[in-house]
Amino acid sequence: MTNREVILGRIREALKIAAPPALHEGPPGPAAPLPASPQKWLPPVGETLEEQVQLFRRNAEELKAEFYDCTALNEAIQYLKKLAATGGWKNIGRHRGELTDAVARELGLQEVLTDHGYALNDLESCDAALTECDALVAQTGSVLVSAPGAGGRALSVLPPHHVVLARRNQMVPDLGAALRGAQEKFKGQFPSFLSFISGPSRTGDIERILVLGAHGPKKLTVLLLP
Amino acid sequence: MKTHARQFNESARHYTADLHHRELIQKALAGYYARRDEFKSRFQSWPAARDLAADIKREAINHLDRYLDEFVSRLEARGTKVFWAPGAKEARDYIIGVAQQHKVRSVIKSKSMTAEEIHLNEALKQNGFEVVESDLGEYIVQLRREPPYHLVFPAMHLTRRQISDLFHDRLGSEPTNDPEDLTMIARRVMRRKYCEADMGISGANFAIAETGMISITENEGNARLTTSLPKVHVALVGIEKVLPKLSDLALFLPMLATAGAGQSITCYNTLYGGPRQPGEPDGPEEFHVVLLDNRRTELLADAEQRDALHCIRCGACLNVCPVFKNVGGHSYGTTYQGPIGSVITPHLRGLQDWKHLSQASSLCGACTEACPVKINLHHHLLHNRRNAVRVYPAPLDNLLQTTFVFVMCRPGLYQLAARLGRLAQPLQRLIRGTVLDPLRAWTKTRSFPALAEKSFRDRWRERKTP
Amino acid sequence: MSMVQVLERLGHTVDYPEAQTCCGQPAFNSGYWDEARAVAERQMAVFRDAEVVVIASGSCGAMVRVFYPELFRHHPREKEARALAAKTFEFSDFLVNQLGVLDVGARFPGRATFHDGCHALRELGLKKPPRRLLQRVQGLELVEMNEAETCCGFGGMFAVKFPMISTAMGEVKCASIVDTGADYVISTDSSCLMQIQGILDRQGKAVKTLHLAEVLAQT
Repeated sequence: MTNREVILGRIREALKIAAPPALHEGPPGPAAPLPASPQKWLPPVGETLEEQVQLFRRNAEELKAEFYDCTALNEAIQYLKKLAATGGWKNIGRHRGELTDAVARELGLQEVLTDHGYALNDLESCDAALTECDALVAQTGSVLVSAPGAGGRALSVLPPHHVVLARRNQMVPDLGAALRGAQEKFKGQFPSFLSFISGPSRTGDIERILVLGAHGPKKLTVLLLP
Repeated sequence: MKTHARQFNESARHYTADLHHRELIQKALAGYYARRDEFKSRFQSWPAARDLAADIKREAINHLDRYLDEFVSRLEARGTKVFWAPGAKEARDYIIGVAQQHKVRSVIKSKSMTAEEIHLNEALKQNGFEVVESDLGEYIVQLRREPPYHLVFPAMHLTRRQISDLFHDRLGSEPTNDPEDLTMIARRVMRRKYCEADMGISGANFAIAETGMISITENEGNARLTTSLPKVHVALVGIEKVLPKLSDLALFLPMLATAGAGQSITCYNTLYGGPRQPGEPDGPEEFHVVLLDNRRTELLADAEQRDALHCIRCGACLNVCPVFKNVGGHSYGTTYQGPIGSVITPHLRGLQDWKHLSQASSLCGACTEACPVKINLHHHLLHNRRNAVRVYPAPLDNLLQTTFVFVMCRPGLYQLAARLGRLAQPLQRLIRGTVLDPLRAWTKTRSFPALAEKSFRDRWRERKTP
Repeated sequence: MSMVQVLERLGHTVDYPEAQTCCGQPAFNSGYWDEARAVAERQMAVFRDAEVVVIASGSCGAMVRVFYPELFRHHPREKEARALAAKTFEFSDFLVNQLGVLDVGARFPGRATFHDGCHALRELGLKKPPRRLLQRVQGLELVEMNEAETCCGFGGMFAVKFPMISTAMGEVKCASIVDTGADYVISTDSSCLMQIQGILDRQGKAVKTLHLAEVLAQT
């Protein structure tokens, strides 16, 4: 018998007896259908895109992420130039993409491109990471990234400052919508890596005091473009 | 060889006398309570969310064979190697085998209670592999050579001073009072380890059957680094972690964060569905998932307590348990602490050795109230007590209970006993607090009230005869 | 006796079947369910003809209402157990939820805080009824303590099997009580009050424990 057969055998044997109803429930009846979307019970999200953007902003700020709603690409570029100057950025890590290409051209910094592999030491020495994303989630203030959409697994977590370039039409109301979107987009051929990023890296392990930049980025900046 | 029950009592005596420890834990949890309540209140209905979460887990656990098979077949279709481990030894041996096969020298680990459970680190070290814990709290207790204090907050019991001293002793760093400085010391150490490690080992919070992915929840980013940089990633996953659908995460991720850590959502929630796919710039060449039974199927077979397998390891029950808060996580002497630990450990490690944990409770029910998936925790402690009595009766207890029933079924005897109690009172006052005092366990720390002059029965009778 | 006085004041006829002894909870909590059943069956017989059973204790009330059905599940006398459970009420539950009474004409000047016994709070869901009753007591100032819902540490045999843990829990409770500056602490359960008074006395604190019924009986 294979290990699989051993374990499945144990499970099937165990499940021969049905679980009793909970103490306060009535006599067991036909199984009720599982309730619909969890969104009914989760925190409410606004109907309109504008409401969702405002909710995202509030949540992102609560999570200590920076959020900047840009009316044009140029605004984003100017803002990033300021960040680069104050941060003393010498080189940035990024991947190829419509938005990252446009921005990086103007920034004119040394780059580590991750698209076709990279040297770990090079990525380690980057002052910032510039990525796009798969979605922004209003309900939680999260950024959904994937290996193809954000330059791999390490780019968005290794350098100390992660900058996300997103378009307004990437805003989705909640986690459920983001997951459905991913399922539709990838049609079963998922990337090996997808991650919801909700703020800069943090820890409370020392006396429950919040410290940012535990292992991942200390700063997260989300720039929203039309 | 001291029994676990004896060790528990000794440790509990030590910690309950330590007022400094009690204060530290109260302080650590005060912020959690406030934030947890804030985020709970943002839910449109937290009770309804709990019902839904409980239903989803009930569906998953009661069809576990089907969902596990689905999970595995989807994982394998993307190139993941899956190993079914009936017990701890098989899991350890497999992981060591993978490390040997790849000529691994150093291993980096992210937080996994399942790995604690099977004592993986010791086994890896015995076989010559260097193992480093990357989660800050786990790294701290690893350096101190002690087990994690709490499922979710491993170093909750330590002050910054103690951590500074530890880092100074073991790493040669400058002493500092600043938590941020301390965190940066660990960050710098870890950077090197991530880059050097040949193998990353993680746990998993959820196993999604529909899409063949594991989901890992963390705040620090260490799990992401552990699973992105080394060329081999091994994930150790308890079979009960299964969720049927990807969309279930939309409910579980916020609930896990709120109940477990008082956050709206944890910083990184990452889905892993395979090794590096063609076209991806990085990621492990090999991805292994080790599915662990290790007597979970025995708990599954106990239909009455099966819902204990719904546990999402959030730690909410620990955070509200007055026993936990007073005896501390180390007193439990086993991987899983607090109420959930007291419920499941008899099943995973034996009823006779571990029934005392189910007895060391006032059954207040705060745990059941706090559980996001509505496990009937405190009632299961009662169930464990009943099972223990059936299988391992204690002669003295038996005698006591038989006497109790004998008296309580005979009102005349009951009244006689009450009268004798009144008569014996002055005598009891003489021996109070001494070795002869049968109530010494009480009177050592608490005063004992005098019985009323007249019993209710006497007063009732007096009313009837004017 | 206080409970009897209050119920009679409200115009009800109260009977006390003298054959009653104990709900059986000590055996039940220790895992001796067969023994608990034997004791429970006695009480079921004693109260068979009662219209309604009122208990001045959250833990005994919970034993009958919540645990008798569990104890007799799939047992020949399950229906009887459920019948007794359905007509048994803890005192404040009875007054507020069954009789719809909030003001029992009580008067008790003083500053008090309320301790939620775990059975009353979590098994019977009675957070509000005791407070609503106390709010109508003339002259009584009710203040909430931070740890109102935290277990006092009694827990039956737990108090003597694990006295160090029980005492530590009680100390946390008493510190919270003393913090409120109240002169009295009130609860629905005598066992909790015994634990709390036991520790307060040892600490030399002047706070006095009172049962809810005692307060409501004062005029």
